[in-house]
Amino acid sequence: MSVDWKNFEPVLLPKIPVLHKIDVYEKNGGYDQLKKVLKDWTPEKVTNEVKAANIRGRGGAGFNAGLKWSFMPKPDGGPRYIAANGDESEPGTFKDRQIFEYNPHLFIEGAIIAGFAMSITAVYVYIRGEYKDWIDMMQKAVDDAYAKGYLGKNILGSGFDIDMYVHSGAGAYICGEESSLMESLEGKRGYPRVKPPFPAQKGLWGRPTTINNIETLANVPLVIKNGAEWYTGIGAKNHPGPVLYGISGHVNRPGVYEYPTGMSINDLIYDVCGGVRGGKKVKAVIPGGSSTPPLRGDQLEGVCMDADSLRTAGSMMGTAGMIIMDEDTDMVDVLWRISHFYHHESCGQCTPCRDGTGFLEKTLIKIRDGHGEMRDLDLLLDLCTQMEGRTICALADAAAWPVRYTVTRFREDFEKRVKNTVYALA
Amino acid sequence: MSETFEFTKEELAEIDKIKAKYPDKKSPVMPVLWLAQNKFGHVEPEVQQLVAKTLDIPAAHVYGVVSFYTQYYGTRKGKFVFDVCTTLTCQLCGGYDILHHLEDKLGIKAGETTEDGMFSIQSVECLGACGYAPMMQITNGVYCNHLTKEKVDRIVDDLKAGKMPEFEQIPFPQHQNESSK
Repeated sequence: MSVDWKNFEPVLLPKIPVLHKIDVYEKNGGYDQLKKVLKDWTPEKVTNEVKAANIRGRGGAGFNAGLKWSFMPKPDGGPRYIAANGDESEPGTFKDRQIFEYNPHLFIEGAIIAGFAMSITAVYVYIRGEYKDWIDMMQKAVDDAYAKGYLGKNILGSGFDIDMYVHSGAGAYICGEESSLMESLEGKRGYPRVKPPFPAQKGLWGRPTTINNIETLANVPLVIKNGAEWYTGIGAKNHPGPVLYGISGHVNRPGVYEYPTGMSINDLIYDVCGGVRGGKKVKAVIPGGSSTPPLRGDQLEGVCMDADSLRTAGSMMGTAGMIIMDEDTDMVDVLWRISHFYHHESCGQCTPCRDGTGFLEKTLIKIRDGHGEMRDLDLLLDLCTQMEGRTICALADAAAWPVRYTVTRFREDFEKRVKNTVYALA
Repeated sequence: MSETFEFTKEELAEIDKIKAKYPDKKSPVMPVLWLAQNKFGHVEPEVQQLVAKTLDIPAAHVYGVVSFYTQYYGTRKGKFVFDVCTTLTCQLCGGYDILHHLEDKLGIKAGETTEDGMFSIQSVECLGACGYAPMMQITNGVYCNHLTKEKVDRIVDDLKAGKMPEFEQIPFPQHQNESSK
């Protein structure tokens, strides 16, 4: 069942001109929730409200944000950090930059409230280096918030101190992985860390740290304002809230759209994005960024954009960065390009990933160029088995899933390609 | 005729400000490398030495960071670097056509620099502009979206005339076409 999306008014990116300016944001009730929280609420109350709202992390893993916050140990007087993840490098994902551009203060307010809930001393906002223009916008917003006394020492006379720093990445997909992001913030190569210890125990500079996605934190002021009950009433029952769908590929009106979770994929393609270019049929949909398994165009009926529905359909919500491919798409070529991406971005720490991504790419080039054999398809699936769950971080899984599910779900494309191969009988 | 690389007093003051944001002396290496690259146009080993000396950390560590992240130019590139996105959505929407058009136009391949040192081309991984594909970024800076061959030609001509393309603000579609509901 699809949700009522036609009457939905955007709340993360509301239709208010120049909302990125702090004066306009304040005039529209901005920072009121922060004032309310600092005046009347306890940190526990904030955490419990956010936990009850069940904001599921918008960076891909979909973990309850409030629950994540509650893993932080009791304050011991030392520094504690939030690392806000704006690395946004998963192909198909381009949503957080809309927040930097159109509503940065909503995120800042959310991060300060989260900081209050966890007794944080500093928030590091990690933004991918390619987003130079958006990093500048975010820095301007942070400077404005400092100037108005929302950041710094003794915020609004409450005695609560918090700092916020914007940190630019420099081109590495892996730095979107939380422990790699922390390594990068510490000025090192972005090698993911072995867990445990988890970031809440030993994070940035060995201190308790929580990593949240930008969009996740931007949801926090909305929950404080309207209550957890309001939030859980939006969209899918077990995966509630407004969500930024980044839709790209062969559709007539690609872009970022804010709608409730649980929207049917067909509504998004045909009603929101105006259908497929040239009136063609959908061949494949990647629902949440390149690492989520693709769905066939003929299995989309009734599939909705929430964790449960997508799990049943055999995929994942990921970052809600949907990629639509029309009937003329060459799946072998697409899969090769995805594998090339993961091969390029593997950090090289773990052998199954460093070599596995390379083998996947090489095998796919062989098939793409018409030199493949039937047994190469089995080899691809076997390689996936050798990679999944055998590495420090999930990049190997992210590289293996698209291969496994593209080869199995679009097998005829691959078989056709390898069967055309003529090879001599020895 | 070796070049010397130094930071000015103002830049050193700026670096002190950066250092204050981080609790240890290794952590500011990324922002300081950015500052150096913006000033010198690259971070070749001599510049890495300068950054290491300024932050009082081993040069090997700085080299490790430079070689890990794709946006740091460990070797010199052209004055303008075209980072053409060819990943997934850009591939689907003709990113390779744009790349090949640019290669033909400038007479170089991806990864190369023109003889006059003006332009470099790189085929890069997803730049996070999937809805506005195909696209490219110029020298780690401005994003050029919705590329066509004509638009690429115009951008190259503008750059030759010393004019950098402007930031393209892309309106949020939901704010525009209410009637499409």
